[in-house]
Amino acid sequence: MPSWIAEYPLLAALLALVGLGAPFGALLGFAAVRFRTEGNPIADEINAILPQTQCGQCGFPGCRPYAEAIAGGEAINKCPPGGESTIQALADLLDVEAPPLDEEHGEEKVKAVAYIREDECIGCTKCIQACPVDAILGAAKQMHTVIASECTGCDLCVEPCPVDCIDMIPQPESLQTWHWQMPAQRSNNLEIIATDATPAERAA
Amino acid sequence: MRRVHDFHGGIHPAENKHQSLQQPIRNAGIPPQLILPLSQHIGAPARPVVAVGEQVLKGQLIAEPGGHVSVPLHAPTSGMVSAIEDRPIPHPSGFPAPCIVIDCDQEDRWAPLQGVANYRDCEATELLELIRAGGIAGMGGAGFPTAVKLAGKPGRAVKTLIINGTECEPYITADDSLMRERATDIVEGIAILQHILQPQEVLLGLEDNKPEAIAALRAATAGSTIEVVTFPTKYPSGGEKQLIEILTGQQVPSGGLPGDIGIVCQNVGTAVAVRDAICHGRPLLSRITTVTGDAVEAPQNFEVLLGTPMQYLLELAGLHPERCKRLVMGGPMMGFTVTTVQAPIVKTTNCILAPTAAELPPPPPAQPCIRCGLCAEACPASLLPQQLFWFAQGKEFEKLEQHKLFDCIECGACSWVCPSHIPLVQYYRASKADILEQRREHAKSEQARQRFEARQVRLAQEEEEREAKRAARKAAAEKRAELAAQGDAEDPIQAAIERAKAKKAAQQDGQPVAASVSPEAALRQKLAKAEQRLAQSVASGEDAKIVSALEASVERLKGKLAEAESAATESGAT
Amino acid sequence: MALMRVSSPHAHGSYSTGMVMRQVLLATLPGVFMLTLFFGFGTLINVAWACLVGIAFESLALFLRGRSLTFYLKDCSALVTCVLLGIALPPYAPWWLIAVGVAAAILMAKQLYGGLGYNPFNPAMVGYVVLLISFPVQMTAWAPPRGLADVPNLWEALQACFLPAQFDGVTMATPLDILRQNQGLLMEDLWAQTPQFGRWAGIGWEWVNLAFLAGGLWLLYRRIFTWHAPVAMLASLTLMSALFYAGGSSSSGGSPLFHLLSGATMFGAFFIVTDPVSSAVSVRGRLVFGALIGVLVYLIRVWGNYPDAVAFAVLIANFAAPFIDHYTQPRVYGHGKSGGTG
Repeated sequence: MPSWIAEYPLLAALLALVGLGAPFGALLGFAAVRFRTEGNPIADEINAILPQTQCGQCGFPGCRPYAEAIAGGEAINKCPPGGESTIQALADLLDVEAPPLDEEHGEEKVKAVAYIREDECIGCTKCIQACPVDAILGAAKQMHTVIASECTGCDLCVEPCPVDCIDMIPQPESLQTWHWQMPAQRSNNLEIIATDATPAERAA
Repeated sequence: MRRVHDFHGGIHPAENKHQSLQQPIRNAGIPPQLILPLSQHIGAPARPVVAVGEQVLKGQLIAEPGGHVSVPLHAPTSGMVSAIEDRPIPHPSGFPAPCIVIDCDQEDRWAPLQGVANYRDCEATELLELIRAGGIAGMGGAGFPTAVKLAGKPGRAVKTLIINGTECEPYITADDSLMRERATDIVEGIAILQHILQPQEVLLGLEDNKPEAIAALRAATAGSTIEVVTFPTKYPSGGEKQLIEILTGQQVPSGGLPGDIGIVCQNVGTAVAVRDAICHGRPLLSRITTVTGDAVEAPQNFEVLLGTPMQYLLELAGLHPERCKRLVMGGPMMGFTVTTVQAPIVKTTNCILAPTAAELPPPPPAQPCIRCGLCAEACPASLLPQQLFWFAQGKEFEKLEQHKLFDCIECGACSWVCPSHIPLVQYYRASKADILEQRREHAKSEQARQRFEARQVRLAQEEEEREAKRAARKAAAEKRAELAAQGDAEDPIQAAIERAKAKKAAQQDGQPVAASVSPEAALRQKLAKAEQRLAQSVASGEDAKIVSALEASVERLKGKLAEAESAATESGAT
Repeated sequence: MALMRVSSPHAHGSYSTGMVMRQVLLATLPGVFMLTLFFGFGTLINVAWACLVGIAFESLALFLRGRSLTFYLKDCSALVTCVLLGIALPPYAPWWLIAVGVAAAILMAKQLYGGLGYNPFNPAMVGYVVLLISFPVQMTAWAPPRGLADVPNLWEALQACFLPAQFDGVTMATPLDILRQNQGLLMEDLWAQTPQFGRWAGIGWEWVNLAFLAGGLWLLYRRIFTWHAPVAMLASLTLMSALFYAGGSSSSGGSPLFHLLSGATMFGAFFIVTDPVSSAVSVRGRLVFGALIGVLVYLIRVWGNYPDAVAFAVLIANFAAPFIDHYTQPRVYGHGKSGGTG
């Protein structure tokens, strides 16, 4: 071992760090070029989680723009149609705390489908222009109707209708959609510490 | 002796089968009214082919299959169709569903039946069509259309035909009594299935707790290629997947069907129904149903017409309504509660269980899971129920799928052993439904996204087109303005024509051009000439440039003419 | 006729959590009897006092959490924790030591995590380790067994617990201590020179361990737990001690029989390792979990710095339990064996 290393430990440490830093830096730089990703995949992933109602309640013109905004640092709790489950999924994806839904943008509602009272429809096509997913059929002066299976329940067609003939009808449970619900959680409450009893439990 | 295999887990609940085996199968007779749900099977509901008020005969088709995976429905007795409407059906939801209601005339008049004299002369496809027309769906409890199951996937040979006589659920003895009393019918039915499937081996599996049935079947199968295999009693050995493992040592691949490993399973009741349909042309009109539980006076097996209200049957067995707080269709392990006795017996009703509260006490409140692992020991699918429960509580769907939630057969063994009385199966059912719903939602949102994006593209395109048109119009207008500003002289052809015309006119009239002729007339003349020239050039196929220039000049002249005319009329008016 | 709607299954087996816990309590009796026989009433008083304090703490915690007292006390899980802790503590421990231990076990290790079923660590062992680290002197003072010294009578024992200042107890190194501190004596000579080593593993200790073994076997017979974790632990401990026996030389770690029958081996194997809440869940997982504890017990006993090792070994294995679970998932029906023969 050369004697100067022992004499100048600072220099030696510096050299060692540089010696380590340079190749690793080069490796990282190479990796950045070699494995470059195209576009903004995180926005795509976020977009896949969003409910695609395209309702604009978040303040962005559609789900894709909101996804891009989230990727850019926007709050994740502005999507009422997605509700808690979407916020949770976004929080998991982005590895952040899941905040409660921002009430400013609306409340989580039961899924509904738009229904046009066809007798009252005057055929103005305003709802057709408003529908973000082309789920309304019709033409000028012709009665319109909603393709129920394509309707996202975004509410956007209700406002423009000049004769208020569009209702948002919640989807009823049927024999086909019925299933067992989770058992009422009495003692298996997952919340912990002092306040974890449900109100009903405390009353009991 | 065939070596039988064991499957993982399993439990030994109290059998409680002796109560309903005291008497032979009893005919339940004809109730005043039959209620026939259009969907008594897995698949599309049947479509009614009768109208309200129509008289029907026993065995007459009253609803046709609603799709490929569907079965028809026949009138179980003669009478009049009094309604086609929503009625309570045996379903855990308690929701009503469309039913055909028949008011029975008690005469039991048959429609003409046409059996096959010798099924061995028939092609398999013919027999399958007869089975389908007979309205037969799996009688074991699931109710999958039998013809569809037998047809399998084309080109796949069936190695083993398994006939399921296990009946591992406590209380139920419908198959047991059928095997005791109608062993020869079963064997005939199996022979038909054999003829259809051409399997290498036929195994009739049943638990060793049914000695009479075993003896009867051994006697009936003597000399045939059917092998009666018995194995130790353990719940749920009658589950299709478990029975396959017991008899063959093979496991059905996850998400696959027994057909994938060359196996077809059929219930003994189904075999009898197939025999009736083929040999006698008799469609599925009745079935054997066990009515049992401490709340009925005389537990026993009934041969009962499909559509018979449960109330009628329970009263025949001597129900004490005050003792009965829960009514189960099926067994105590996998059956579901029925909330009204008005619900009818359907093709899959193997048992009506009317227990007292002492017999099957209401579930006590659940205690916390202590991860004792009894459930994992009992699980016939080798799952980790306690982990699944944990994830189900937290709605961690991804973890649930990782832990193979969808391989759960909902047999209830885990709940049965759970010392904390946790309704595990309910957690799994709810989680499965939630996951499926999430998948559906996701598919729907994906479609919405595509539609939204398609719309965006379309709007952008329309906008672009509009923009393009606007730009084109603007360009044309500019060009016109330019031309107008520079005057006709710019156009050499036009200028030449003008000059020539002017000269000619001067020669003809000998007068100055402008003074004598009114401006409109001159323009009209010019226009006529220009049009003539244009027609000539188009006809002789001149250069496109010239043609377009001529067209432009014609247009211009028309414009000028219109202007001049309007000016003239104006001046005339003033 | 009002008919209820519930999900299947409608039938239920005869097990219940309370019953499981009561069986465990019952199974500790032979061991407690042997401890009392050889070391006097100390353990009995430990257990009784721990139970009293434990119920009080459990009730307090449940009350603060707004839970039904009767419903949750009925499961007897607090009693089991307290009995196990009382057995593990040295006899003639002062009342406050026991109370601190129980508080750590019930309040900290159990209720703060959400109560029964949610505790990642074995509560009794958390209580024990908290005490061992905080009060090493009191915790390493084991009374000598009957035959080597006078065993205090009941009055003296009560005095030791509740008026510790007036009690002048005798303590003596346990065989495990002596073995660890052995410097240069052959095993044979050590055995001959030290009165504490009885026939196999120490006067009293060998019978205490056999009694706990008997209790554990009874629990196995009653199918309260499976054999996998305890057997794996005992097997790995045997294997380790056989590997490092070194022919009984002065550097030997002690014979397999010695390790199996001394200290808290059997008590740990059948009453601590088998705690289902904090252990691994699958069959293979429990084998790994038990084996890990066996190895750790040996390592800490022979090369560690504490008189006995079960508590630390169990807590370390508790840490590893989720990890073990992750890698020992059983093969689910229809996965990976498609069409194969069984």
